[in-house]
Amino acid sequence: MDVPPYGLSGTVYGALLNHRSALEALGTSLSAPPYGAAPRAPVLYIKPRNTLLSCSAPVRVPRGVAELEVGATLGVVIGRPACRLDEGTALESIAGYLIVNDVSIPHLPYYRPSIPQKARDGFCPLSSTVVPRARIANPDRLGIRVFIDGELRASANTDALVRPVARLLADVTEFMTLAAGDVLAVGVAAPAPRVRAGQRARIEIEGLGVLENPFVEEGA
Amino acid sequence: MKWARVAYAGAVHAAQPHTLEDGGAGVRLTDGRTVAEDAVVWLPPIEPGTIIALGLNYAERARELAFAKQAEPLVFLKGPNALLGHRGFTRRPADVKFMHYECELAVIIGATARGVRRSEALAHVAGYSIANDYAIRDYLENWYRPNLRVKNRDGATVLGPYLVEAADVPDPGNLALRTYVNGRLTQAGSTREMLNDVPSLIEYLSSFMTLSSGDVILTGTPEGAVNVNVGDEVVCEIDGLGRLHNTIAGDALFHRDGAR
Repeated sequence: MDVPPYGLSGTVYGALLNHRSALEALGTSLSAPPYGAAPRAPVLYIKPRNTLLSCSAPVRVPRGVAELEVGATLGVVIGRPACRLDEGTALESIAGYLIVNDVSIPHLPYYRPSIPQKARDGFCPLSSTVVPRARIANPDRLGIRVFIDGELRASANTDALVRPVARLLADVTEFMTLAAGDVLAVGVAAPAPRVRAGQRARIEIEGLGVLENPFVEEGA
Repeated sequence: MKWARVAYAGAVHAAQPHTLEDGGAGVRLTDGRTVAEDAVVWLPPIEPGTIIALGLNYAERARELAFAKQAEPLVFLKGPNALLGHRGFTRRPADVKFMHYECELAVIIGATARGVRRSEALAHVAGYSIANDYAIRDYLENWYRPNLRVKNRDGATVLGPYLVEAADVPDPGNLALRTYVNGRLTQAGSTREMLNDVPSLIEYLSSFMTLSSGDVILTGTPEGAVNVNVGDEVVCEIDGLGRLHNTIAGDALFHRDGAR
């Protein structure tokens, strides 16, 4: 990273259901059991350090799993300690942006934390460059495209976030402090494209470049 | 051996338990200085990697919460923001009705573990500590439950006072745990009652994620987690590991207005 804090902390958080398409995909089940009600506070998860992977490194598809979800999302890199941020000034705590591929074994429901589905080794490729905040005019208006083996399979925009970036930072830092170098993945659009072993997933985010990884069979 | 990490006189030190000349409890810093235990700032005994926590890992606790036994262990993760050292202050927001402690055996990983069998699991443990992993039940939502707003709050996972080396804990599966609130015993159990014991947890977790040195597993709490209020002193105790102190503080200390 060529801006402070010059490195990632290794902690990556993600916001579930923070893209309107993801919330809408659940339809009436949002208020049905086991949930009972749509989420009120941000629903967060953690991609621990064993999941982190660089661009171009292979993602291993576990034995017995046919397909993985490609969770293309904007990652916000925190630049300074962020606690109780005000929505109006929250973006000032951002160092820059990168591309996150929040890989998951497809799963429902989202009742319990999906650790075996989301926290496997290599399940969080990150793009190799953090683009400084100043280079991105508006993080809430970035096109995201996902290609599988070169074919466009999904297209979304951060303009459809349930909580736009500043609002999300304010609501998250109300109860937990983000540290310099932490990454917050702001939300995956639905439906997330699926990928099989032997294929390549490429994510493009406007202004952030490309994150591309091959998917291979575990043990291969 | 037991190792703490403390701040004293301008630096962070490794420290070990030491009885002072006057009989008082203290620590000996690695540079030889001996200091009263209340003259240092106690930090979590390690700077952790991944923090893994278990829910409903004691039968009576699951029954208390009216949950059936889980098909798979209920695992969740925490960030480093949650950690707090011995003798620290944890905030209880003014608007909540039910905030409770959870006394837990903390397992600190010492060697890379991937696909480890149960029989070899304990060889990957550096040591053990005590965790008090607070939860605020008012904030529970049925989305990735327990959600981070309940379980990943700043300073609401107390860890310490010491990392006790694994060699000094011959049987992590037979340790009594107790919690005292203002000196009164409110929670008592034994790690014997875990549904998934320490070797099983390492086997399970390492079957899908590589555990590395410095990762921590918080192994769940027995029944008896009751509400605590501002001003309460909460002490979690595990045989052979020590006593972990924490004080519940109100919004005023944190310059919060009490809303949210």
